[in-house]
Amino acid sequence: MKIAVYGAGCAKCHKTEEIVKQALAETGTEAEVVKVTDFKEIITAGIMSTPAVAVDEVVKSTGRVPSVNEVKGWISG
Amino acid sequence: MTTSEDTISQQEPVAPPPRRFTLRWKSLGLLALLALVIVGWYQFDQNLPKYAEWYTYSVLKYPRPAGDPGLAAVDNCCTEPIPTEQLSQAERMGRAIAFALYQFPHVFLLLSLVVFVMGVVRSYFAPERVRALLAGRLGRFGHPLAALLGVLTPFCSCSAVPLFVGFVTAGIPLGVTFTFLTAAPLVNEVALFFLVKEFGIRIAALYAITGLSIALFAGWLIGRIRGERYVEAWVKEAAVHRLAMEPSQMVMEDRFRAGFVAWKEILGRVWLFLVIGVLIGTVVHAYVSQEHLLGALGNKQWWSVPLAVVVGVPIYSNPAGVLPVMQALLGKGVALGTVLTFLMAVIALSLPEFIILRKVLKTRLIALFALIVACGIIIVGYLFNWLITPGSWFIP
Repeated sequence: MKIAVYGAGCAKCHKTEEIVKQALAETGTEAEVVKVTDFKEIITAGIMSTPAVAVDEVVKSTGRVPSVNEVKGWISG
Repeated sequence: MTTSEDTISQQEPVAPPPRRFTLRWKSLGLLALLALVIVGWYQFDQNLPKYAEWYTYSVLKYPRPAGDPGLAAVDNCCTEPIPTEQLSQAERMGRAIAFALYQFPHVFLLLSLVVFVMGVVRSYFAPERVRALLAGRLGRFGHPLAALLGVLTPFCSCSAVPLFVGFVTAGIPLGVTFTFLTAAPLVNEVALFFLVKEFGIRIAALYAITGLSIALFAGWLIGRIRGERYVEAWVKEAAVHRLAMEPSQMVMEDRFRAGFVAWKEILGRVWLFLVIGVLIGTVVHAYVSQEHLLGALGNKQWWSVPLAVVVGVPIYSNPAGVLPVMQALLGKGVALGTVLTFLMAVIALSLPEFIILRKVLKTRLIALFALIVACGIIIVGYLFNWLITPGSWFIP
């Protein structure tokens, strides 16, 4: 599984990354977490508001920090 | 050999779950609670001037000038306050304290409520979703829809560039993009709410309709002159590998949480504007002579409206900072059109935003855009000053 966190280094983006990692740790899921910080790369992925999270190339949330439970839902199925 | 079809079929298993409308008691309860809070706030806010005056004159024992209409003169266009020149030092001080005591909670609560409610509403209108709506085949409905969505979409000048590039790369016409970008600051939700509360629905509607009309006109014109020529080349060449996007599955609790997040974030950012705004408003209310003020900004001088724009453009503030100043100016008898022109100039024409937009647009187009908006705002100012006079249909 590949999880991408989009955001150009804002405080909320760090928070999002932490939450993703926490959800992975709590569920014991193995996944690769990538941070995408390049502005053009974020835009060309079709994302217009950060922080955004994509799981296996599918964008799950944009413009907000998701909750741990939300992320658990995404990674479990 | 891998073809593009392979990549598509890889993404296909992600079928969005069917959207069902289910009535949730929890959602209803939350909405009912919000309605209750709004009713309570309204009652409290209506009585705020009384509380502020009671505290100033009865508890702090400042002398109250005889026959003083008090803060009523702030809220009502047609009550003449006693000129500051005729007041003693202590009376002026009392007037200043009463005004500040009224304005701090007044603006704070109004702003909190609007920001929270808009945070909830906006959770339904993520920019990505708006883009999908606008990229559909809309024909002549594209512009009006863009204008309406511009008012509702979360948007600050810092995100102007991502929004712009996102729209243009999705094939949304430049004119429609501009309508969207103009409507957002021109029809400000805090100002709109303030107008509904203080001046009634008719004036608020006039404000919204004129703001939307300017946005429509600006977008239409930029579409007509083929503004695409002035978009920086890299935007047009930006390669798009857009990812699939899952529809949001937020429930009402999540949306309310989004409202709280918006509240914390925006209040944290603008509280200083609010404080400065109230202080300036207080000085204007208690110390600035009405005669001098109306000499510069009165309705009798034709230049008062353009002057409001010239003064407003370099000022970069949030509506929260402008509202207390607006109320103080209105209390002094400055015409509503002039005051609204000032507000719109401060919010909609911001130098930092133009500098950010320079990354994606050539200077000529930005200048033209600023010119259209400035002219539009001036027209609105004159229109309001002409239409809204004591006793007209707009002031029941």
